[in-house]
Amino acid sequence: MRQHRTIAAVLSAICMGLGQLYNRQWIKGILLLIVGVFSLYYFINNLGDAIWGMATLGDQGSHLAKVNGLTQMVAGDHSINLLIEGLITVMMLAVFLVGYYANIKNAYNAGKQRDMGIAPNNFKQTLNYIFEIKFAQSFLTLPAIGIMFFTIMPIIFMILLAFTNYSAPNNLPPANLVDWVGFKTFTNLVALKTWSHTFFGVLTWTIIWAVLATVTTYFGGVLVALLIQQKGIRFKGLWRVILIIPYAIPQLISLLVMRNMFNGQFGPINQYLRYFGMDGLPWLTDPFWAKVTVIIVNMWVGIPVSMLLVMSVLTTIPKDLYEAADVDGASGFQKFKIITLPMILFSTAPVLITQFAGNINNFNLIFLLTNGNPVVGDYQYAGATDLLVTWLYKLTLDQQRYNMASAIGIIIFLIIATFSIYNYRRTRSFKEEDMIQ
Amino acid sequence: MGIKMRNAIRLTASYILLVIIAICCIYPALWIVLSSFRPGKSLYSKSLIPERFTLDHYKELFTSQSFLFETWYMNTLKIALFSMVIGTILVLLTSYAVSRFRFKGRKNALSTILVLGMFPGFMSMIAIYILLNSLNLLNTHAAMIIVYAAGAPLGGTLIMKGFLDTIPRSLDEAAKIDGATNFQIFRKIILPLSKPMITYMSLTLFVGPWVDFIFARLVLRTKENWTLAVGLWDLVNSTQDSNFTLFAAASVLIALPITILFIFLQRLLVDGMTAGASKG
Repeated sequence: MRQHRTIAAVLSAICMGLGQLYNRQWIKGILLLIVGVFSLYYFINNLGDAIWGMATLGDQGSHLAKVNGLTQMVAGDHSINLLIEGLITVMMLAVFLVGYYANIKNAYNAGKQRDMGIAPNNFKQTLNYIFEIKFAQSFLTLPAIGIMFFTIMPIIFMILLAFTNYSAPNNLPPANLVDWVGFKTFTNLVALKTWSHTFFGVLTWTIIWAVLATVTTYFGGVLVALLIQQKGIRFKGLWRVILIIPYAIPQLISLLVMRNMFNGQFGPINQYLRYFGMDGLPWLTDPFWAKVTVIIVNMWVGIPVSMLLVMSVLTTIPKDLYEAADVDGASGFQKFKIITLPMILFSTAPVLITQFAGNINNFNLIFLLTNGNPVVGDYQYAGATDLLVTWLYKLTLDQQRYNMASAIGIIIFLIIATFSIYNYRRTRSFKEEDMIQ
Repeated sequence: MGIKMRNAIRLTASYILLVIIAICCIYPALWIVLSSFRPGKSLYSKSLIPERFTLDHYKELFTSQSFLFETWYMNTLKIALFSMVIGTILVLLTSYAVSRFRFKGRKNALSTILVLGMFPGFMSMIAIYILLNSLNLLNTHAAMIIVYAAGAPLGGTLIMKGFLDTIPRSLDEAAKIDGATNFQIFRKIILPLSKPMITYMSLTLFVGPWVDFIFARLVLRTKENWTLAVGLWDLVNSTQDSNFTLFAAASVLIALPITILFIFLQRLLVDGMTAGASKG
């Protein structure tokens, strides 16, 4: 009685589509067969090379060799290309194996139906099954492929890099080979004095920055929102539009403009200070003042966002709470402390954490405003205002210290992921989403 | 009497504070606009308002041989529009699927999307660069569009899903009973109801390519293919701020469309920001 299912499954395991053909699902069977044959052909040709490439990262750099009797420089193995190509092949293999498993399971199920005397789905029914019952999975295929190759593949690549010695000056393909070195990069980052000094210095500033930037913009936003929403203030809409301007200007523009405004020699800010008889300040050139400047400019950029958020929360606070407080004779400050502030904090707490995580990674602000400068002498390629991300950028694109940069990237990721996952898991939209309706 | 007095003082103080804050908000914008009309090239000027107004810098933008403003504007517009459309569709597909359907691995997929969005992007740029190189797509606009659009679901899905969750599921069920297919439900119920969120999503996806100079600089190799942001970045870097007024004029033209869109759609922005994060 259970012949069909076994035979179908075994046939499918031998080659994709055979089991379906056995089950007389002709169109599906032929389509799967074509896919199966092509994939097998591809993997037979590529898989060996891919695994060899990933395992060894090439065994010969560019070298001198005799070509037609002349000694020439011959291109050797390009370790990084080998690594990526291997990675892509392995990922395709993973996709293929999932498909293969599904194919066997499908043939088995169709065979089971036949054993029980039910005719298996014809092609039209199959299509219907895919688009109606498995709708979500089919819908997600396209985005999933995009994410797989343009996000997941690069991330795995980056993680792998941290375990190689891919770095200037001695291990840059195509001239030289790259090798696997295990955890050496991480130990160097923490143990080598020059690197660890920079790393902990930059890490400390990154955390100070993230806390200050988040707190100042958040409470600045609360203050401004309360200011506008007070009883008796007129033209609320107008104030709101004016105060939203910094948010509306693209950061690329506003930050480059700010860089010019804070220019120590010719910038208008120092010009005004001198006009009032004060010395100009070294806004962007002194380590301390540069830090002050980035915080100030970040307030300018960030307060409008918090303001908008807080304003939308303020409108949702029930009026009767305040009326009840009035009856009890509460003062304005008491009302703020007992009703307004807790309400605001309660509903914006998740945004606050998101902003904190965002500030750790606030590349634009630092990069466009100070570019991490002023330079600190005993840092490795970092300046006084460099965050971990901007340092990472310099290590990657300017210094080509890819392995070190990858290690730092992984550390940044661990920090931010901790915050965000904790935050997201707490929100109701994740925990009990089916209860919102 | 005392209360009235106190109120008046409070209001006056608030107004003064508001005016100061408003000046701080407007000043940089005003300064750059006025600078773009100022004759000469230098950053320094004696007063905020120029003694004489000139349109020379704007003319230079459109005639300059080294600053291909028009070409870049069209490039940017093309890339931004296409990535916006494709990206929005992808975000809608993913968020509809994760919001409305329950399937195996769904929560894991959501967590994965969240986690993947948190990797610093620069390291992936090297891998994407090599990938594009092997696909022969370097220095093309198609590459930019593909990468921007493929990245869209990462940033947008959770926000969009948060919004779709608020559309009552009874609507879907009613339509299902009437025999609608999933695709019809998506098109006839979900799409019209999520218009505000779609606008927000499209706006953010449009602005991204408009201002991105890091990835664009890596992929777009020849000047004719550059986008505005790359051109502006190059202007700032290569001339070391010595051509400040030209920079000012370019900034004004680049910022203007985005700024107007943002001010116009500001209410949507708040909804967008709160939908993903603070729902519940």
